[in-house]
Amino acid sequence: MLTTLRDLLKYDGRFRISFIFLVAVLVLALLSTVSPYNPGRTFLVPTDMPPSLEHPFGTSSRGQDIFWWMSFAVRNSLLLGLMTAAVSRVIAIFVGLTAGYRGGFADRILMSVNDSFVVMPVLPILILLSFLLRGSMNLVMLGVIMGLFGWPWDARLIRSQVLSLKERPFTRTAVYSGTTSFRITINEHLPFVLPVVFATTINNLIWAIGMEVTLSVLGLSDVTLPTIGTTIFWANQHQALVAGVWWWLAAPVFVAIILFLGLYLFFSSVNEYIDPRTRLRLMGG
Amino acid sequence: MALLEVQDLRAYYRTEIYGISRTVRAVDGISFELQKNEIYGIAGESSCGKTTLIKVVSGTIKRPLRVETGQVRYQFGDYAVDMQRINPDELRANVRWKEISYVMQGSMSVLNPVRRIIRTFEDIVGTHQGIPDRKSFLDETRAHVRILGLPTEVLDLYPHQLSGGMRQRVAIALATVFHPSLIIADEPTTALDVVVQRGVLQMLKEIQAESGNTVLLVTHDLAVHANVADRVGIMYAGRLAEEAPTEIIFNAPRHPYTQHLIGSLPMIGDRSSRASLSGTPPNLANPPSGCRFHPRCPYAVERCQREVPEMIILADRHRVACHLVEEGIL
Amino acid sequence: MSAKNKLLDVQHVTVEFHVGGLLGGTRLVAVNDVSFSIDSDRPEIYTLAGESGSGKTTLARMMLHDLDPTRGKVLFEGRDLTTVKKRGEVMDFMKKVQPVFQNPFETFSPLRRVEEYLYDTARSFIGARNRREAAPIVENALNQVGLSLDEVSRRYPHELSGGQIQRVAVARALIPQPRLILADEPVSMVDASLRMAIVNLFRKLRDEQQVSVLYITHDLATAYYISDRIAIMLRGYVVESGPVEAVLDRPLHPYTQLLKESVPQPRPTDRNAWAQHIDLGTLEIKEFGRIGCKFAGRCPHVMDICRQADPPDVEVDGRTVKCYLYLEDAKPVA
Repeated sequence: MLTTLRDLLKYDGRFRISFIFLVAVLVLALLSTVSPYNPGRTFLVPTDMPPSLEHPFGTSSRGQDIFWWMSFAVRNSLLLGLMTAAVSRVIAIFVGLTAGYRGGFADRILMSVNDSFVVMPVLPILILLSFLLRGSMNLVMLGVIMGLFGWPWDARLIRSQVLSLKERPFTRTAVYSGTTSFRITINEHLPFVLPVVFATTINNLIWAIGMEVTLSVLGLSDVTLPTIGTTIFWANQHQALVAGVWWWLAAPVFVAIILFLGLYLFFSSVNEYIDPRTRLRLMGG
Repeated sequence: MALLEVQDLRAYYRTEIYGISRTVRAVDGISFELQKNEIYGIAGESSCGKTTLIKVVSGTIKRPLRVETGQVRYQFGDYAVDMQRINPDELRANVRWKEISYVMQGSMSVLNPVRRIIRTFEDIVGTHQGIPDRKSFLDETRAHVRILGLPTEVLDLYPHQLSGGMRQRVAIALATVFHPSLIIADEPTTALDVVVQRGVLQMLKEIQAESGNTVLLVTHDLAVHANVADRVGIMYAGRLAEEAPTEIIFNAPRHPYTQHLIGSLPMIGDRSSRASLSGTPPNLANPPSGCRFHPRCPYAVERCQREVPEMIILADRHRVACHLVEEGIL
Repeated sequence: MSAKNKLLDVQHVTVEFHVGGLLGGTRLVAVNDVSFSIDSDRPEIYTLAGESGSGKTTLARMMLHDLDPTRGKVLFEGRDLTTVKKRGEVMDFMKKVQPVFQNPFETFSPLRRVEEYLYDTARSFIGARNRREAAPIVENALNQVGLSLDEVSRRYPHELSGGQIQRVAVARALIPQPRLILADEPVSMVDASLRMAIVNLFRKLRDEQQVSVLYITHDLATAYYISDRIAIMLRGYVVESGPVEAVLDRPLHPYTQLLKESVPQPRPTDRNAWAQHIDLGTLEIKEFGRIGCKFAGRCPHVMDICRQADPPDVEVDGRTVKCYLYLEDAKPVA
């Protein structure tokens, strides 16, 4: 693992940049543990102050230090994204591998369910659910619900990968070595599927965080909870742009850009690295 | 006057990925000549460098392949071409397809799968010569195809509607449309059935006999060389081991590798035991020192490990690169 | 000879495929009324030879229980293969019949070490409980093919040559101590200088290990070198079969004769014979749909009757030929 990291840092410019961005975002998130200000309380500092040494991102119309607020916001957004990614990965891998390897009836049922989810309009449904669950909507619930919607595209991707792997002679060799179908899926096919899973995870993360921002901006999540999206929500509530408090909007947008760029660059450099073809070239094949 | 002179050619692949750099010495000191009006066969196993040799000889060199040293010079009648110096535009305008054309394994690389055959002919002729009069182009193409023994219906079909053998024959028709001086055929019949292979190779031979041009036939199948080539060069690990007229290569080879290769070929009518070479073909990124065959050679001595053997001339048009042959021991 | 004495008994097997969409489409008869058998008492190398489209690959898949015949039966050790369904029965079958595939570089996953497959096979079929117990079995199998665990240990497929991988594939197939090895074009993608090692290996397996080999190939030269008996296939039919020397030294069926002539010989006594002009069929696919003998379109001795109905099997000169030319000479085979 460490040698991988070292190799990537040394030789891949994209990875270096993404590494810096993501570390910066992570540090910001971790700083939330030592925040001098409680994000649940308002009017702790003078309002509408532009960025300065004392308040690096300025202060908001609600009397909160935006920098320390953002540290919680980033933490929560990241946690949410990771939760969604985790839930949807598990479902996507299970559905994709099963449908691909078993084929037949199981495949048809799973893919019908899959396709129904694909055609469902996610945003309106999430909006509806947010309305219905207004009271009890919290981060975990939002993460799980989004996870339940984030798997279908990827499941199909995984399934088609497995379908093509099934036809390759080494699958038959494994069958004739006495290996059970389950172990074949895990030992033979999963290593090929993992790069796909990795690519879709990052994609999923970006989607989840973006979806959260959308919902929050519309005021549909728990607005007392600091996230990137709720920051924008509150800034809009107080008409920050019109009032000239541009830093209140700039901060979440800037952090979001760094986060997304970092994730994307990370994804593309690591994906190339773990691609079986690159690994083969590395090994001298 | 030789058609092609290759002198001490070295072409390597240099790659660098995640800090690991590798140099594959695919062609490492090859010299030979192609004459007019002959079929010259290059025989060698996989990863002996023959594909790289073809790339250099036909001028399709792309990174990470680079010619390190050596000369590749053509003489097409009065027109002299130095492959190291020629610029890509001249290569495309005057040389490619007009003086040098190729037939590859798996015709799909030259036949466009989404266009009818006649359109592919149009594309090629149009690019290299232009089509001022469409009707005469169609007539000439039909005549060309018919003379080669193909049914003219194929021109209106798509590649996938034809069998593998038919596609290869169409590829040969495409390659000969300008009557080039050199046709390079790289494993042209390797994936084909034996009867179809015979038909395709016959077509190639008939074309060569008719036009008196040169065919450079590259294949690992020695039996094909035995029946098609006039002279054969045996390649091993980026170098030429032996080169001679076909009868001599097959009936009186001198290099241990050639001897072994010929001796191990099975024949219908003979069930006597045959042995395989021990060891495996070398990795060109890390080849053995001295004579590259020495780890597998049953006669190798200490000198073979140290010194690279030079090509010596044994007789008229028979060359070998082996210390022991040079010393008269073998 | 009772059924029990036959290791493999293919009885009048026909395999049809439906080609084309749900509406319309045609029937493609890939294997047409093929019968042959391999004895249990004496191991032999039986070759199925033919070009592409001959049906040999379909037959091979059927004998590995990969697909079922449309008509006819395949019996292995007396048992109809279509009745082998439960996991235990399938494992028993696989213990006795093992394959070797054509492409060495696809036989093993490029991301796994090749030895893993050997250990897996040892654990599945020999009852080895862990790597330590399996190691001597794996070493032994590798030694039988002329390799050692040291040479192969920790290596990925791309670190070995095609010849070495095929030998590892044969070693893997030997671990369950099978009675029959089904080798589908095992040397066609292996370098010329390494082919003999593998082909000689099959001979050794037959002579020393009592393993029969069903050798599927288009290469008549290696078939001649190691087979005991051979069956020549064309478009789903077996057109000639019998002892290999009879069939290939003195071929009777015109197609076999054409095949033999077309094989380029390495020491050509007469280069011009091979160079004699032949006419390749325009669109080979038409031969499949033909009524009567599938070779009628290209046969130099074709007669009217050849185009009307399938020729019968005739026993002549120690082998069986499916051809009207020999009808008067001998008695038809039942």
